[in-house]
Amino acid sequence: MAQSRYDLAILGGGPGGYVAAIRAAQLGMSVAVIEREHLGGVCLNWGCIPTKALLRSAEVMRLARHGDAFGLDIDSPRFDIAAVVGRSRKVADRLSQGVRHLLSKHSVTIINDEGQLAGPGTVRVGETLLEAGHIVLATGARPRELPEVKADERVIWTYRKAMVPETMPESVIVIGSGAIGIEFASFYRDMGAGVTVVEVVDRILPSEDEEISAIARKSFEKQGINIHTGSVVQEVTTSQEGATVRIADDAGEEHLLAAERVILAVGIVGNTENLGLEGTGVTVSGGHVAVNRWLETGEEGVFAIGDLAGPPWLAHKASHEGIIAVERIAGLDHVEPLDTGSIPGCTYCHPQIASIGLTEAAARDAGHAVRVGRFPFLGNGKAIAMGDDEGMVKTVFDADTGELLGAHMIGAEVTELIHGFAIARTLETTEAELMATIFPHPTLSEMMGESVLAAYGRALHI
Amino acid sequence: MPITVTMPQLSPTMEVGTLARWLVSEGDTVTSGDVLAEIETDKATMEVEAIDDGTVGRILVAEGTENVPVNQAIALILEEGEEALEEEPGSIEAVPLPSGPASGEADSEPEKAVVQDGPGKPASSGRKRAASPLARSMALKAGLSLDDVTGSGPGGRIIKRDIEKALKAGVPATSPAIASAWEEIRVTGMRRVIAERLQEAKQTIPHFYLSLDCDIDRLLEARREINAAGYRVSVNDFIIRALALALRDVPDANVQWGGDVIRRFAHVDLSVAVAVDGGLVTPVIRDAASRSLLDIATAMRDLADRARSGKLMPEEYQGGSFTLSNLGMYGIREFDAVINPPQAGILAVGAGYPRPVARDGALAVATLMSTTLSADHRVVDGATGAALLNAFRNFIESPTSLLL
Repeated sequence: MAQSRYDLAILGGGPGGYVAAIRAAQLGMSVAVIEREHLGGVCLNWGCIPTKALLRSAEVMRLARHGDAFGLDIDSPRFDIAAVVGRSRKVADRLSQGVRHLLSKHSVTIINDEGQLAGPGTVRVGETLLEAGHIVLATGARPRELPEVKADERVIWTYRKAMVPETMPESVIVIGSGAIGIEFASFYRDMGAGVTVVEVVDRILPSEDEEISAIARKSFEKQGINIHTGSVVQEVTTSQEGATVRIADDAGEEHLLAAERVILAVGIVGNTENLGLEGTGVTVSGGHVAVNRWLETGEEGVFAIGDLAGPPWLAHKASHEGIIAVERIAGLDHVEPLDTGSIPGCTYCHPQIASIGLTEAAARDAGHAVRVGRFPFLGNGKAIAMGDDEGMVKTVFDADTGELLGAHMIGAEVTELIHGFAIARTLETTEAELMATIFPHPTLSEMMGESVLAAYGRALHI
Repeated sequence: MPITVTMPQLSPTMEVGTLARWLVSEGDTVTSGDVLAEIETDKATMEVEAIDDGTVGRILVAEGTENVPVNQAIALILEEGEEALEEEPGSIEAVPLPSGPASGEADSEPEKAVVQDGPGKPASSGRKRAASPLARSMALKAGLSLDDVTGSGPGGRIIKRDIEKALKAGVPATSPAIASAWEEIRVTGMRRVIAERLQEAKQTIPHFYLSLDCDIDRLLEARREINAAGYRVSVNDFIIRALALALRDVPDANVQWGGDVIRRFAHVDLSVAVAVDGGLVTPVIRDAASRSLLDIATAMRDLADRARSGKLMPEEYQGGSFTLSNLGMYGIREFDAVINPPQAGILAVGAGYPRPVARDGALAVATLMSTTLSADHRVVDGATGAALLNAFRNFIESPTSLLL
């Protein structure tokens, strides 16, 4: 260990912690990142990135299977699951090495170990005590389990096992239809498995706009995914061959579902244990460390960011919080708390889903008179040329001020489009600037402009 | 196809205009040449005439709408046999608009048109507050001036929360308890230009002032004789001529500060302040040093008349090199005037009053007219200003020289 006194000690090297470290180094701080496992955290090693690699394989597979639609003669495409997983791991490893390089470049000390708070301004790593001017807790989260369902990673998987299967199961039951559950449902379905999704709420993707949920459900069912919403898992019994899941639907009727594997995707809990929080001012509530809008915990000089500090559980939210906490520590002017209404969310299933801001229902509940625009992929030349004309771009405006309250998209590549609306929200544009924006032709982005026009009765191509 | 009536461009520099008044209503029959509307710009009011016969199908921009961009559709005229437009929003959409709100909304939401101020040009405003489009939209809705709001966004940009904060703090005069304590009068284009130009002048031009009294007894005598001969010449016309000749003889005072260069004018284009309803205008006597007194008198009378009726063309009040402001007719003895940027000087002239003077060691009475030169010290020094004032006094006090 090069030194034992740092301006900033960061517990956790995920997208929150490592970005905070780089920003702190830019601001002239001496920084130590204490990471027990992999730099880049879950996101990079066991989340966002490796699943995108898997979903890319699934996409190529799906396209190959439908090669005839593009005039191609591809004879029954097959896959090698070990190679598919291997590619995903290689992608993750490459990026993790990249993070190590970035931290080294910024002279950030990397300590491969666990750390705990050990008194004011002190972090214990093994037997060593580090002094730190400030401490950022960024230890992330792990899958939540249900009281009646424990993941054994043999038959009942969490995402961690679900992204490195040794064999392709014949069938899977996905419990939970948030972003993680739906991405695995989509992956396994595209790879040929029979897929059933169980969701306790009355619709899948419950945090998305209701219309988007409905379109997604229709699309998934068309792809052959069975969906049980409003259904509570009563019991999961496992055997050598697989699992049986007993669910009760909202009418109180019980059903038995059977599959080779079960994937548990019912949210996450913060990694709040073994952080030395006992006896400090840091409080934990609902599985997360409580923070104020500046990410300060109840203990002076200790900040918490990312999944550890609560939802939304998104890497880009963690990174932004890391920057805010560090700039706050550095005493920079004009540091702004996170605008939670402008965090885009992306789900990389097929069709993709991306959104930002208020859903239509939430906007109405908040008392806004709204104008809503919708534009279907069917009306877009690029979508039709791509052979992917399923989906919609929906925009929600405040009828009085023209504020873009929310945008909700489902369809091909919408995760690459949502940033346009994120910029619009950050700049506080109104419908007028969006209408005046020239979207290039032919692109999927034209639908964003059309959706805005539609909200004001001026859509051109529908 | 309906004929689209657009916001006319009344001068090469005009970008926006105020739709001051409609003289027709929807459904009215118009013939070519009929006046449809009055358009107000910085200083002039102009009429928009029908160029074809027809019926007024729809008025797209409400009376009183400010900052309507040049070429924006303001009305549709139906030719004979064309149907009314009410149920045809589609045809309204076809009207080309530069940007911003749909024409279809213009009549139901006239205030929307002012949103043009936001993303577009800053209109006649010299300085524009940085504000997000949403903040502008909200301020407009609330009738809140951005000048009353402190920005907290990047670089002091006014954003949504600043408007919310201002509204919560009660900045706009919406409280009924105090609303009756004053009346709010819409700022006209002319008033805004005056406000901005003169504020700019006082803030950026280092003014200095020189005063001199002129004996105008001989000038008054000359004027009596001329007018007795059937002409109509005012004291002001003499002053214009004298100031023009003085500027010709002291060209270093007929200049303009240009930052890197000093612009010295070949001609004396004299702006003459004329009070009009709601403000003042400064029509320009071009090349005044080479024009005769009678010529000046005739031109000035015409310009002043048309200034008062708001009928000046922009080129008639723009581009002067020096300004004369005479408040003598209001009985003012002397005053300091504010320079009219980008000019470098203005002569403030008071009324002639009989005053005691020492002449050849004895007390006498003379009609003295006090004059004060305000000059831009960046480009005119005290000696130059004094030379100009002395030259001016010499011409005033030997009026025959003004007749040559």
